[in-house]
Amino acid sequence: MAKIPVQFTLNGAEKAEFFDSGTTLLNALRDKIGDTSPKGGCHQGTCGACSVIIDGELRLSCLTLAETCNGAAITTTSGLSQGGVLHPLQRAFLDAFATQCGFCTPGMIMAAKVLLDHTPDPSRDDVVEALSGNICRCTGYEPIIQAVLTAARSNSQNAA
Amino acid sequence: MALALQTFSTVKDANAALKAAGTRYLGGGTLVVRAANEGDVSVSSLIGSTEPALSAIIVSGDKVRIGASVTMAAIARHPDLVALARAARAVGGPAIRNVATVGGNLFAPAPYGDFTVALLALDAIVSTEGGEKPIETFLAKRESNHAIVTEVGFTLPAEGLRFLKVSRVKPKGVSVLCIAAVLEQAPDGTVSSAHIALGCMADRPMRAKAAEKALLGKKLTSDGIAPALAVASDGTSPVTDPIASAWYRNEVLPVHLGRLLLA
Repeated sequence: MAKIPVQFTLNGAEKAEFFDSGTTLLNALRDKIGDTSPKGGCHQGTCGACSVIIDGELRLSCLTLAETCNGAAITTTSGLSQGGVLHPLQRAFLDAFATQCGFCTPGMIMAAKVLLDHTPDPSRDDVVEALSGNICRCTGYEPIIQAVLTAARSNSQNAA
Repeated sequence: MALALQTFSTVKDANAALKAAGTRYLGGGTLVVRAANEGDVSVSSLIGSTEPALSAIIVSGDKVRIGASVTMAAIARHPDLVALARAARAVGGPAIRNVATVGGNLFAPAPYGDFTVALLALDAIVSTEGGEKPIETFLAKRESNHAIVTEVGFTLPAEGLRFLKVSRVKPKGVSVLCIAAVLEQAPDGTVSSAHIALGCMADRPMRAKAAEKALLGKKLTSDGIAPALAVASDGTSPVTDPIASAWYRNEVLPVHLGRLLLA
């Protein structure tokens, strides 16, 4: 099977790699690039643990073939902190105890980031809708919803 | 097993490549990559096409043509397709809607394929390189379709599209069932035309023809719709899956159809 050359930016850094044709972006990121923040949960597009942001859109890396990402800008949760300072969403998840086992957390944070990028002052319903493709089996969701709302308020205070 | 992806700039070339054994068309990947992830070894090669017409939405008056590669997210945010937004948003979560296509939804097995239920109520026309087919005919033989769907076309209903998805998890959950209805009413309020489509009540979306017939000439009141609800389950053969049993789906169908008709 021929290797396919693929170039994209991952959290702002240029990446160039050869992948087997048909490799999912999830496997490409975790096994070849070494970014293990997207998690492989169901591999069916159901759980959202593998969520990443591709060119500003929330996508499931388990259903996305790496070779279709040529030239794309990919963001994962591992790229959110800057200079050792956590992103407001990460800070809010910690403070609100919105993570227990932590497996769903990177996907939740990606879904929440896309929401806040487009809707800086979301309603609770907006948050619930934005997280509706992400499953958490620990928290009961409420701490996660509150964390996202808190991060939104913290963003707007910082911007003021 | 590695999958070879071949992408073609025209549908014609992609159709030619699809004739080879072991090939499947790759739209958004929510069906075919999922199948590969689950170990479906019948697929060895994926075919894609970047032909621009596949991603076009053309609205001309009340006539709509939607390219097969148009995503649920694109439909949900399109200002001229507000009537379809609820059905488009019924599919998956935000990440799924960013990639799930109109063309792919036509092939989604129950309990998926909610958007196709809306298209069936709209009496959509499904186009391939080989010609056009009414959606009901297309769905009946979708397994034997080997040509890439290029677009779906329909007329926006003057009195709107009624759509209801019933799921146990809110706001996103797999369908217990879903119902779409396009009704026309005479000036006296009686139903003059009814197209009712059901999801999860068979292995693919189906029309509730007995209920449609029973609605004609009736008003949309509890008494008026009672005969239609009594025959709502005629001809159904619902799926049984972890979401609901066939028995349960048949039991609750009239309740939800009633709510949709009286809404």
